[in-house]
Parts: sequence; C-alpha cells; structure tokens
Amino acid sequence: MQIIAQVLFLVALVAGIGFFIRNIRRLVRNIKLGREVDRTDNNGERFAKMARIAFGQSKMVKKPVSGFLHVIVYVGFVIINIEVLEIIIDGLFGTHRILSFMGGFYDVLIASFEVLALLVLIGVIVFWIRRNVLNIYRFLSRELKGWPKNDANYILYFEMVLMILFLVMNATDYQLQLNGAPHYASEAGITGAFPISQFLLPIFDGMSNATLIIIERAAWWLHILGILFFLNYLYYSKHLHILLAFPNVYFSKLRPQGEMNNLQSVTDEVKLMMDPDADPFAAPPEEEEGAEPEKFGASDVFDLNQVQLLNSYTCTECGRCTAECPANQTGKKLSPRKIMMDTRDRVEEVGEIINKKGKYEDNGKQLLDDFILREELWACTTCNACVEACPVGIDPLSIILDMRRYLVMEESAAPNELAIAMTNIENNGAPWPYNQQDRLNWAKEN
Amino acid sequence: MAEALKVPTMAEYMAEGKKPEVLFWVGCAGSFDDRAKKITKAFVKLLHEAGVDFAVLGTEESCTGDPAKRSGNEFLFQMQAATNIEVLNGYEIEKVVTACPHCFNTIKNEYPALGGNYEVMHHTQFLKSLLNEGKLKVEGGKFKGKRITFHDPCYLGRANGEYEAPRDLLRKLEVELVEMRKCKSNGLCCGAGGGQMFKEPEPGNKDVNIERTEQAMEVKPEVIAAGCPFCNTMMTDGVKDKNKEDSVEVMDVAELIANAHDL
Ligand code: SF4
Ligand code: SF4
Repeated sequence: MQIIAQVLFLVALVAGIGFFIRNIRRLVRNIKLGREVDRTDNNGERFAKMARIAFGQSKMVKKPVSGFLHVIVYVGFVIINIEVLEIIIDGLFGTHRILSFMGGFYDVLIASFEVLALLVLIGVIVFWIRRNVLNIYRFLSRELKGWPKNDANYILYFEMVLMILFLVMNATDYQLQLNGAPHYASEAGITGAFPISQFLLPIFDGMSNATLIIIERAAWWLHILGILFFLNYLYYSKHLHILLAFPNVYFSKLRPQGEMNNLQSVTDEVKLMMDPDADPFAAPPEEEEGAEPEKFGASDVFDLNQVQLLNSYTCTECGRCTAECPANQTGKKLSPRKIMMDTRDRVEEVGEIINKKGKYEDNGKQLLDDFILREELWACTTCNACVEACPVGIDPLSIILDMRRYLVMEESAAPNELAIAMTNIENNGAPWPYNQQDRLNWAKEN
Repeated sequence: MAEALKVPTMAEYMAEGKKPEVLFWVGCAGSFDDRAKKITKAFVKLLHEAGVDFAVLGTEESCTGDPAKRSGNEFLFQMQAATNIEVLNGYEIEKVVTACPHCFNTIKNEYPALGGNYEVMHHTQFLKSLLNEGKLKVEGGKFKGKRITFHDPCYLGRANGEYEAPRDLLRKLEVELVEMRKCKSNGLCCGAGGGQMFKEPEPGNKDVNIERTEQAMEVKPEVIAAGCPFCNTMMTDGVKDKNKEDSVEVMDVAELIANAHDL
C-alpha cells in the first residue's frame, strides 16, 4: 500500500515537472521569435536593479495597501514552499516529517509557516475584495473582461484552498500525534509547532484515527498536487510574473527613460545620404541574395525585440501603468496594459501555430490592427508614466514607438496634422511653417 | 520701448576668433511661439545679469527632431540630428543649455550615439549652478509668499530624473511651494508630448491639459510654474478654459526669477 502511494507520487512529480519544462521551452522559443537585443552590459547594475525592484519589490510598495499585501503573499508563498521540499521527500520515501531532526528549529519553522499561511490567506481575501467588490479604476478596464478577470480570481481561490489544505494537513497531523497514532507519533514528543492550526482541532474532535488519516492524507495529496498544477498553470496565466519578473527587470533598460533608441539601419542610410563622397549610383552594399530589406518599426511580434516579448509574458495585468496613463485617464482607447496583453496574445497565437504545424504559417493576422489599433498608438504622449509605474520593469512605450515607426516609415500613415508638422521640420527646420531665416527675430522684437 | 536684447551668435563669435562658454539652444518653440519667446527673453536677461559668456546659433539652429522621432519618423529625426551635430561640432561646442526639456533630452541622450557629445543642461539646472557659484542672486522679490505649484515636465522629470533644480529655484524666491497630488515621478503629462502638440487629440472624454489644470487648481495656486514651453502653452490653455486667467498665471521658472527682480 505504502509503496503504491510512493510510486504514484513519483509519477505525479515527474509528470508535473515534465510538463513544466515543456512549457518553459515553448516560452523561450516564443520569446526568441523576436529580434535580438544586447542587454548584457553593466551586469552589476542590472543585478542591483533586480534585487531592488524584483526581489525587494521597491515599486510595489508605492501603492501602500496593495503593495503591503503583495509583499506578505509573496514572502509567504516563497517561504511556505520550503515546506514543499519536505513534502516531496516524505512523498518519495514514505517518511513522516523528515526534516524534524532539526528539533527546536523545525518547530520554529513550522510555526512560522503556519503564521504566514494565515497572513497569506487574509491577504488573498482582501485582494479578492479589492478586485471584485470595490470599484478600483484599474480593475474595470475593457481589456480585463473575460479570461483575464477569471484568471486573476482563479489564482486567488487557488491560494485560499492551498493555504487551507496546508492548515488542515497540519491540524490533523497534530491530532494524530496527540492520539499517538503509529507512523505519526514519535517517542520524542510532538514534532512541529502548530500555533494556528491548533485552533482547528475542535473540528476533528471525536474522529477516529482512520478518519483523521484519510483527511490528513487527502489534504497532503491535494496540497502537493495543487502545487504541481499551479506550476503548470503559470504558463497560461499572468502569474508567470512570479518567475519572469526577475529576468525581466534584469534585462530592462538602464538608460534614462527619455532616451529612445536610434535605429542603426536608419543611421546607416542617413550617413550614406549625407556623405559627399558617396556614389549615388553605386550598387547597394553587399546584401545576401533574396534577403528582404530590413523593415522599419514593428507591425507584428517578429519585429519586436526579445526583451519586449519577455515584457509581454511578464505583465501581471495589474494596470498600474494604465491608471497613470494620461491618455487613458481622459477616456482615450489607449491602455498600456492592453498593449502588453495584446502582444502576449499575438505571440501565443503564433506559438500555437508553430506547435501545430512545426513552423509559423501566416494566418492572415498581425499585431497591428488585428490586436492593437492605430487609434491607441496615436493617443500616446510618450510621457513614460507607464514605464515609471510598472512594478516589474516593463516598457509599453517602446512597443508603441516601434509601431508608430512602422506606420510612419513603412506606410506613411501618420495623422494628417502630424504629417504636416513633419513636412515643416523637413522643409524649414521647425514643426511650424516659419522660415528658418527668421529664427532669431525674437531677439529684435520687444 | 526697451532697447533690443543683445544676443550674440556663434557666427559672430567665430568671426572674432572666440568661443563662448556655453551655447544657448533656443529651440523651435522658444524661437517662434509668441508665449515661449517671452521665456527665451527672460532667460537671456538672466544670462546677461549673471555675466554668462553665451551665444546662440540663430538661423543655423534647426529642430532637434524630437517631435519627428516620437511620432515614429526616425529618418527625419536622424537627418535633423546629423545636420545639427555637424553645426555644433563645427563650432566645437562643449556645453549646451536649453529652456526646452525636449531639446534637452534629445541632445543629451540621443545625440551622443550619433556623434554629438556635449554637456547638456536644462535652464533650471544651469540657473541653479549660477546661483551656487554666486553669479546670480535669487532672493525673495515680487513672488515672495505667493502660492506656487510646479508642474513637472515629463522630459525633465521622469525622463531624466530632475525634480529638484526648478523647486530649489522657487524656494529661493521664498514662495509658498505647494505640490499637486500628482507630482515628481508621478506627475501627470500636460498632453503635448510625443507629437500631440501638433495634432488633434484622439477621441476621449477630456483633454489631458484640462485634467492636469484641474489637478493644479486643487491646490489653489496663484501661479502655476512650468519648465517647458509646451507645458506652458497647455497649462495656459487649461487655465483659460476654466476662465481663471485673471487669478492664475502660468509662468516659466526663468520668467519668475527675472520678473521677481524686474529685470
Ligand atoms: S507613455 Fe504613452 S502609454 Fe505610457 S502612460 Fe504615457 S501616454 Fe500612456
Ligand atoms: S505593464 Fe506593468 S504596470 Fe502595466 S499591467 Fe503589466 S505589470 Fe502592471
């Protein structure tokens, strides 16, 4: 009997981890659909930033209520998962609380897990209320209807259930130890300390050891299976951020927010145009036969860079960016969160095609127009409020800019007044139709 | 009528075989926009007052390319950048000061990779350094005790992390500095950036400058201080929209300093 349980456990573990690895490989493959970008400089600074923002959650606490709760859930979740280590060993070898040899320290450990579990439970309940009962602006946007809203709630229910299972498991275990049940009780006395779950004992009052064991085993199994399920649910959820927040912050831009990258392809052409020695009739520089000329800007996910795609998978859909966005606040269609969600949806769509057919076959869709509307792109003031607000170092503005580049340089599709301003700049060096020769007139006027 | 300002150009300096300490990059708004021209003049007066050896490019200056770049026209931006860098490098410019955060950001952050390396300062930073060096005296004056709120320009604040230089100057004027609910890194845009200045806004339920003006009005200021010609225009329009132009003024920090002492 015992050996069957151990085998079953091994199978569940291998399957759970196996699926997880498959998902991660797909994730990496999808991110690599983007253009390469070099973010390997300044390792020290990048580590420090990651420690501060991803590990230290420095941007989360800018909103004190949700920031504080998030820190609790985050710390609780990470620390309670140390317990998973013990569960796995117990599961594989049929042992009971294998780590209890640590004695007094073990008691402290289990006690602190219990306290954290309770705090996580409270935190998650408050999160649920914020999301579903209170009318908080950033949880009401149109892009959160349907799956994104459900996803967020599923995770909350999930964590509630996991924490309750953990406490029930401990409570029944404790009761069994008190009853002196074989396998549970030890001669050395009670293993573990149960400051929270002891209050659950009255529920189990008068139950037989056999019933208690069934409850304890059920809670134990559901808890670990739940965790394995959660691990595999991540890929389909905004909760991928618990893994990706770290690399995402690490690879985020270190330069001032106002600096937008200069396109090298454009620099090369401008150099050629401005070079008096260049022979205008010379053959274009060596290009591989049949190579397409490089596209300017982005109309689909393949034109974005890998960090931008990583950004889209990391997005927690928290909407802090959208809440700060001046365009969104004044009723425009633009929502930086939606830009990130659309990008992810499109990469996923492309990834699904690759899963099915082995390679990407055009499905008649692209990121521009089919996901992100021009109206959204043209509403952006490039104010960087979204970038500043994002707790995990995402840069929605860079995607907006790359898509504008495509619209202007590949399609000449700038809004009319902007096109006029640009023509003015080209002709007379200012966005307004004034003559460059009049540039110093102000000095003579009074 | 007051006598015309003395504004030396780089070409004049060159003809005399001299080099100024700093180039004042005026920018398109500062050159052509009626409201912004007043800021330009106020700043020039301060430069004279502090005895700064400066020059402008005059007719040799051209748009930095910021609105083009942020609208997606990287070509036009880089053409502008290449032309400007050629002029700047031709005069061996080392230090640039400008009253426009967009010019400031572009020359400081985006020109270096294209061959234009200069020390670039926003005029509030430059004025503060003049103050620290004792070249400029800013103390109290006409605005002493007035309720003033500072609107952070996106391209000075968030984009380049400068929040204190303009505030330090205002403190020197001994004004009652009040902060809006959204300020510094959380400041709300005036609505002009990213090319929006030159186009109608997308459909929505409000204009961004109205939203921002309302935020400013919440703290009941007598003056809304700005540090960008575009913010200045947007906030001025917002104040007019609220019919408050008689009680609330929108002024650049440079204007406040110059006016405080009736320069
Ligand atoms: S940069 Fe654009 S998308 Fe981001 S907050 Fe500002 S206006 Fe919104
Ligand atoms: S981009 Fe950042 S701030 Fe915006 S929803 Fe995603 S995680 Fe939140």
